[in-house]
Amino acid sequence: MASARAWLLADSPTSRLQANLGRLYRITGMLLRNPLAAVGAAIVLALVLTAIFAPWIAPYSPVGQSLQDRLLPPSAEHLMGTDELGRDIYSRVIYGSQITLTIVLLVAVIAAPVGLVIGAIAGYFGGWIDRALMGITDIFLSMPKLILALAFVAALGPGINNAIIAIAITAWPAYARISRAETLTFRNSEFIDAVRLQGGSPARIIVRHVLPLCTSSMIIRVTLDMAGIILTAAGLGFIGLGAQPPLPEWGAMISRGRTFILDQWWVATMPGFAIILVSLGFCFLGDGLRDVLDPKQGDKG
Amino acid sequence: MSAITLKDLAISYGDTQITEGVSLEIAEGESFALVGESGSGKTTVLRAIAGLAPEWTGSISVFDTPRSHGIDNAVVRTCQMVFQDPYGSIHPRKTIDATLAEPLAIHGIGDRGNRVEAMLEAVGLDRRFRFRYPHQLSGGQRQRVAIARALMLEPRILLLDEPTSALDVSIQAEILNLLKRLRREQNLTYLMVTHNLPVVSFMCDRLAVMRHGRIVETATVEMLKTGAFKDPYSRELFAASGGPTPVLAS
Amino acid sequence: MSRPLLDVQNLRVSFPTPHGRVEVVKGISFTVGRERLGIVGESGSGKSMTGRSVLKLIRAPGRVTADRLDFDGIDILSRSEKQMRAIRGARISMVMQDPKFSLNPVITVGDQIAEALKFHTRLPGSEIRARVLSMLEAVRINDPGRVAGLYPHEVSGGMGQRIMIAMMLIPEPDLLIADEPTSALDVSVQAQVLDIIDDLIRSKGMGLMLISHDLNLVARYCDRIVVMNAGEIVETCVASELHNATHPYTRGLLAAMPTIDESREELPVLDRASWGGT
Repeated sequence: MASARAWLLADSPTSRLQANLGRLYRITGMLLRNPLAAVGAAIVLALVLTAIFAPWIAPYSPVGQSLQDRLLPPSAEHLMGTDELGRDIYSRVIYGSQITLTIVLLVAVIAAPVGLVIGAIAGYFGGWIDRALMGITDIFLSMPKLILALAFVAALGPGINNAIIAIAITAWPAYARISRAETLTFRNSEFIDAVRLQGGSPARIIVRHVLPLCTSSMIIRVTLDMAGIILTAAGLGFIGLGAQPPLPEWGAMISRGRTFILDQWWVATMPGFAIILVSLGFCFLGDGLRDVLDPKQGDKG
Repeated sequence: MSAITLKDLAISYGDTQITEGVSLEIAEGESFALVGESGSGKTTVLRAIAGLAPEWTGSISVFDTPRSHGIDNAVVRTCQMVFQDPYGSIHPRKTIDATLAEPLAIHGIGDRGNRVEAMLEAVGLDRRFRFRYPHQLSGGQRQRVAIARALMLEPRILLLDEPTSALDVSIQAEILNLLKRLRREQNLTYLMVTHNLPVVSFMCDRLAVMRHGRIVETATVEMLKTGAFKDPYSRELFAASGGPTPVLAS
Repeated sequence: MSRPLLDVQNLRVSFPTPHGRVEVVKGISFTVGRERLGIVGESGSGKSMTGRSVLKLIRAPGRVTADRLDFDGIDILSRSEKQMRAIRGARISMVMQDPKFSLNPVITVGDQIAEALKFHTRLPGSEIRARVLSMLEAVRINDPGRVAGLYPHEVSGGMGQRIMIAMMLIPEPDLLIADEPTSALDVSVQAQVLDIIDDLIRSKGMGLMLISHDLNLVARYCDRIVVMNAGEIVETCVASELHNATHPYTRGLLAAMPTIDESREELPVLDRASWGGT
């Protein structure tokens, strides 16, 4: 252990791999020293593990109905009680983590790279390319997120895949703005000039030299946005345009529980807690990442 | 053969005219200095030769071949540049190894590992530095990396933009010695932009004094050492630089 | 000289790092009278921190300690932030490296200079205006009436620095700390600016602390020189005796500078091992 640590923290790494792993190790170390970030990381890790091991953790099937067990309050048998069809809410919340994680990951995987590349291209080339790309971005930005997602879902039909596409379409413009702003700050810097002077093509400069500098702010922003994405997905589920029954999507579960909110509070509250907890987890992690990855801090070594 | 020939070079940025009627001829193997104060257009001339200031009229020839306005692959292999600020000219998120290997990768040159190590040695950096990040290096070490990067493609001309003005005196001496040694070993041609006349006296064979975008006088370094300038502005610059240094006779 | 203007004994400045507190100034002592003292050193020598600690401008988590840090009988270290504001500008002024960052871009030059005066004195408006114009004249600005109405971006670097000097000297302080006042300027303008500082210091009988990396410049404009390296004073000498410096660091610095009639094939490089420096 001690020697592995020494290897990672070596002042003079002897290979590319060691240098990169060492950097990763240092960032992780700094992240975990920040208590809120550590809590956030733990929540997100718990979410991932829950999603992976849902079949083993959940005591019941998420869709198995049992009408004689309708609307039971939380007890040792049903930790979070049961809903109007007698399904175990605890099991549904656990399986729901799979849906939430899928939505979050797919949105991040679709929206972030698209935004990143569009912003970097606009920022690097400037001129009419910049104006055209940013014009499109502004149009998307000027529309309220949820309304735009609603319109897309209405056009494409309700369902989880369409919800993901709709959220991704509304999410990328913000990333494009950030990555353009970042690119503008070092487009004319001497280290970019140096690569141009070596004959590097614009594509190479953008991909290998500009994008790596935008990624840290992008990671921070995406992590912070995760909470918003979860809420949007839950919102779509709530109004019936997201995941369709009987999928245990948290937003849809709250929507179903709304009818019983006064007498059987647990039906709507339990998935609500799950949403709050996971959103908070991503926010904490995002804040922690900002402290660690912010270029102005990272370079102090 | 002349390494760089400028004829009636007029450079502009948008509507602003930066230089006018700049003509120069720098022989192969020569070390030439462009001297002047901020706003004299000396750095812009350097950037135009490199291809970073594409709006110009007149002609720029590198080894008697006229160059195009943009970045030109033929020129890239013969002519490289070292920038002023060692803190801003190296990619902050890449290891020294990645920075030095990049030009080789762009031009599809193989055997990168060995070439990088050999170059580190040539610029006097220990191989320990190879996989470090720039923020782990001092200003002088970074400038050595910047020089190494410029030399990776084995150019014959090095454009030096105030290569030591951001460094401490003691580090400046090390970098100047390094540049002098590299020029001798690799038979390089230097075109250096600076405002520091003593550095010119140490490094260069000839110099041109620029003011308001024009060359007011071209002189040999012997003339610089004795202060035998004809132009009044050159004389003023000479006097402001301390003349024949009175204090330091060590 | 009965009592020095500034008396510094065993000054230490430290900053926390992940590896514990690191001292950037390691117990230095010096005095400044109504004279011109030069503090020379390379980057990281602690020279700027020394200048800033005199004005108590080092913020937490930086820490300043000293056995004595007296300005004209006032114990600087025990002063509150509010009391310091009355000293800064009025009694000790500071000129920084780049006027671009020190001048407020949206206020005219004249108003900024007047502000410095209004803050510390109570004078009628016409009197202030007259003082501002005469101060601008004193820093050799030809058309003070016009320049007073300009905004900072409309003036050149050299003029900006002269305006800074006017602003710093108008409350007639006793001590001026100039931290690399001309590093951002062209060589020909440097001499003008330093000549102006020099004239005003002499005519008003003030003290000057000139902080610079440039040995030649300090030798030309100061009476005494303090050479700093790695947070310590390695040598103190009379400016005219600089070329007889004895410390290997000072000698090394002097030798490492090329001269305008340079004939050496190679510049001697500091052998940092010889005095145990870094």
